Amino acid sequence: MIPAAFEYQRAESVDQALELLGREDAKAIAGGHSLIPLLRLRFARPSLLVDIGRLEELRYVREDGDRIAIGALCRHADLALDPVLAAGCGLMARVAGNVGDPQVRHRGTIGGSVAHGDPASDLGTILLTLDADFVARGPDGERTIPGSEFFTGPFETALGPNELLTELRIPKLEGGKYVKHVRRAQDWATVAVAAARVDGGIHVGLAGMGGTPVRAHAVEQALADGASAADAAAHAADGTEPPSDVAGSSEYRAHLARVLTRQALEQI
Amino acid sequence: MSILGNRVLRSEDDRFLRGRGTYVENLELEGAASVTFVRSLMAHARINGIDTSAAEAIPGVRVLTADDVPLPAFGPPPFGLPPAMGRPLVAKDVVRLVGEIVAVVVSDDRASGTDAAELVMVDYDPLPVVVDPEESLRDELLLFPEAGTNVAGRTAPAAHAEDLFDGCEVTVSGTIVSQRMAPCPLEPRSTAAAFEDGRLTLWLSTQTPHQDRDTIAGMLGLEPAQVRVIAPDVGGGFGAKVIFASGLTEEILVGWLARELGRPIRWTETRSESMLSLPHGRAMRLAYTIGGAKDGTILAYKLDVLADCGAYPTLGAILTGFTQLMSSGVYAIPRVEAEGTTVVTNTTQIGAFRGAGRPEAIQAIEAAIDRFADEVGMDPAEVRKLNYVGEFPHKTATGAQYDSGDYAGALELALRSAAYEDLRAEQKRRRDEGGTKQLGIGLSSYVEITNPLGEGELGEVEITPDGGAIVRTGSFSHGQGHETSFAMIVADRLGLPFEKVTVHKGDTDEVASGTGTYGSKSTQIGGTASGEAATTVVEQAKQLVADYLEANPQDVVLDLGLGRFHVAGTPDPSLSWEELASRAEGDGRLAELKASHEFKGAPTFPFGTHVAVVEVDTETGQVELQRMVCVDDAGTIVNPLLAEGQVHGGVGIGVSQALYEQFTFGEDGTPLTGNLTTYAFPSAAELPSWETIEMETPTPANPLGAKGIGESGTIGATPAVYNAVVDALSPFGVKHVDMPANGENVWRAIEEAKA
Amino acid sequence: MKISLTVNGTKHEADVEPRTLLTYFLREQLGLKGTNVGCDTSSCGACTVLIDGVSVKSCTVLAVQADGSEVTTIEGLAADGQLHPVQQAFHENHALQCGFCTPGFVMASVSLLKENPSPSEEEIRLGLEGNLCRCTGYHNILRAVQAAARAGA
Repeated sequence: MIPAAFEYQRAESVDQALELLGREDAKAIAGGHSLIPLLRLRFARPSLLVDIGRLEELRYVREDGDRIAIGALCRHADLALDPVLAAGCGLMARVAGNVGDPQVRHRGTIGGSVAHGDPASDLGTILLTLDADFVARGPDGERTIPGSEFFTGPFETALGPNELLTELRIPKLEGGKYVKHVRRAQDWATVAVAAARVDGGIHVGLAGMGGTPVRAHAVEQALADGASAADAAAHAADGTEPPSDVAGSSEYRAHLARVLTRQALEQI
Repeated sequence: MSILGNRVLRSEDDRFLRGRGTYVENLELEGAASVTFVRSLMAHARINGIDTSAAEAIPGVRVLTADDVPLPAFGPPPFGLPPAMGRPLVAKDVVRLVGEIVAVVVSDDRASGTDAAELVMVDYDPLPVVVDPEESLRDELLLFPEAGTNVAGRTAPAAHAEDLFDGCEVTVSGTIVSQRMAPCPLEPRSTAAAFEDGRLTLWLSTQTPHQDRDTIAGMLGLEPAQVRVIAPDVGGGFGAKVIFASGLTEEILVGWLARELGRPIRWTETRSESMLSLPHGRAMRLAYTIGGAKDGTILAYKLDVLADCGAYPTLGAILTGFTQLMSSGVYAIPRVEAEGTTVVTNTTQIGAFRGAGRPEAIQAIEAAIDRFADEVGMDPAEVRKLNYVGEFPHKTATGAQYDSGDYAGALELALRSAAYEDLRAEQKRRRDEGGTKQLGIGLSSYVEITNPLGEGELGEVEITPDGGAIVRTGSFSHGQGHETSFAMIVADRLGLPFEKVTVHKGDTDEVASGTGTYGSKSTQIGGTASGEAATTVVEQAKQLVADYLEANPQDVVLDLGLGRFHVAGTPDPSLSWEELASRAEGDGRLAELKASHEFKGAPTFPFGTHVAVVEVDTETGQVELQRMVCVDDAGTIVNPLLAEGQVHGGVGIGVSQALYEQFTFGEDGTPLTGNLTTYAFPSAAELPSWETIEMETPTPANPLGAKGIGESGTIGATPAVYNAVVDALSPFGVKHVDMPANGENVWRAIEEAKA
Repeated sequence: MKISLTVNGTKHEADVEPRTLLTYFLREQLGLKGTNVGCDTSSCGACTVLIDGVSVKSCTVLAVQADGSEVTTIEGLAADGQLHPVQQAFHENHALQCGFCTPGFVMASVSLLKENPSPSEEEIRLGLEGNLCRCTGYHNILRAVQAAARAGA
């Protein structure tokens, strides 16, 4: 349906955006592909939309030592084709190239997608798995939120109401695998598993297995203790509370997590 | 050389390709007010009161409730359904499904209408909800207390044969749930209305302009002549936009408002609205028992159907009659007993979604025959061959009169095209290897009834002053391409170039009568009627030519290749249609080059065999459809390009029922799949290309020899895919998988069989 | 709010409510009715247009966001009335029936072929995952895109 009315301002700078976001019920919009669907169903009713979509200073991919810095306003389609990202962390580029559908990828941004906090978010899951740093800027300045603290609940993140995600910092990485189970190609993952060798260990992340993307700690521990891929994968659902919905029951999701974790581990 | 049977590209394409489709939402209507419906969020509740004050505080907004709308309930269509189960246009004291209209907002524009609608406060007293048909059948919780029961209809055999399965060495029973589906035409419904000089004009996104006109006129206390329905381009229907018989109240309300407020009115549903207000399909539970001899001969078949018709019974509530009629499918089974019971539930009403009762019949018998084959240890293809009806016409034990067919031929063709033996060999190889991805091969042989009500249709042909032809048809194409196919038929009869024939449809002021398009009937009755009208025009033209050439009418011939009339044996002098028309117009005799014809056709029975090949990931349960081989015989085909297109789309929907889609309501009647994100309507990424094979066995039922093909693909595809999935899982001991056979349902079937 | 954008090569200045979706702006304020609304969850792609040369679901863009952009709709595809190769291929391959999803598919295909001029069948199917059709079963749409690719669309 038609969205409820709101005011709209285009921010010319990050500082101006932050100032505008200080207003009550103000919401930032970048690509709009998380927010506009909510507006159209009237699930979200901000009084003011702050358009940060033209802040080109937040659109970049660069090497920064052993990390890669990704500007929050990079579109999924751009990440999929970025040569620096492809060379430094091909896993991320591949996953970005698979988010939603081509039209979504032409507009949606990694920052917008991640800040939305969807528990089935592909990019959110990868970032969590890679122990990414989430750089945010607010009225009190810049801060770095570790991945483990970023996702706090379903569609909730550690970002304050007038804080903007400005950059994601991920380790350089070779290999890694993201296995995604969907009903249809354009759908959110029913369950997805990310597996990568990070900092000498194996990290495993799960999408669709709880209120947020989660790390499969039991699997990681088992691997660290020397378990085989198959044995470790059996723990994939430990400590999780997967939802039950039309895409899958909790039981099925738990089963998928175990199977896909084993498959992902066998391929890294 | 005749144009019939050729792959003629569509004349209607240009406007669609350029974005000039005339869908109702595209209509320019000066000064029109916008309508937004306030819809119930409760599945079953009493309405204590409605507060419209906040809504009406918005400038230009007016809100109407049931008390403001003095129109009778929209009775169920006259199919013998309980009068007490009529549907109020606006709910008054009680709502019976989520999405029922409780108030009508009229506004100057859509945005303020949407704003106002959500400010209408409705005070509900919740009532217990029933969404499960089996629970409804117990009559513990009545939706219509005055009806005294939730049963909307029963179709029962004359007597129950105690000895139905006597002499059967083998009997197998099972249940197929043909799950509820949403039709999802890409165009949500849009309606516009204007009342002027005592006449109401309605623009409708419909499949049935004339019947809608008559019904809506009746509801508004008008004569049909006082109402004009214009159905412009319509973006798909699939049986759901048979407006007059599907319990749809919005169009009546929009028409009434135009008269009541003296102002043009328009309304377009959102997709979320459409998911709940357009009638759903299927929703039948089919319990079968099949019995026969160990040599594979089938002797008896019993089918018990429990159908859900939703909250207000409508066209969907009579479908069990078709299910029963077609229950024995392509097999010559001597003893068949089928019965059906239809009950109401607090859900969206069921309508005539593509196939309308016949897919369900074939889903049951084709599952049954595979189970039977398994029991007697024979190949499913062999058991089918053994039991096919072989001679036609054939009257089934249920009373269906099959006109023509070659079921064994269709099977043979399908198996050969699929390279069936190679598929079985590959399946065996994979089973021996024991990998996680296994193959399943599924067959389905189907027959279906098109033009099931034995309806008639009007065709009119008129020669224009420039020697072209206008065809007016009561059929109503909403994607089927009649502007091309009917033009081909008439061009063929008249000896005119195809480009000079145009087809008019959809305007009840222009076309005298019509039964619209559903039931795959249009080519066989509408096409025939148009063709017969053209033949009459030719005969009438010969009279005129005789006058002009001073000859005997019996001696005048039409050279179809040249499009010229002359005296037999004397090619010169001759008259082209253009010359004849020009001269006739000059003499005031052009009206003699116009004729109409009403053709009533018997039902016809297209048939075919589909072979599905699936790969099942036995760990995740995910099914990938790899191949779909389809033999569909619908008699004489006017335009194979269009016929294939119908099969492609039909198969897409049939496959989707087997693997992807299901409309679900929670226990409290809340829809869980109420938009296109939650309802798994597949894209091109989920489906393979289709292998379609031609076969034509004409019918004697009409001069064209044509049967209907619109629903065939759907009917044949679902059981083939279902059988393929069960086949893939047979090493696990699986005998059945719930549809849709998605990852979860397959995984559960495997787990249950292991237990 | 005042916006200025180029649609099908023509510059337009307009005043819009911020909540106006680009689809409705195109349809109702510019009278370009070829772009259709098929859903309300950004699922069906019937509203697909090109923004600055790439496919976008216009229902998921506010008109105000499109300020300063170049938008191409289905009406802007045929140059001098001559059908674009993708449009022609859809016609020749019977890739449309009711036509409602067609503008979205054509625009999505144009964008797809720009990014991948010689796609495989799988790449086409995945490339059109954001567009839904109920009539055709997709088979002929696939053939049309393949034909358009061969024609160098």
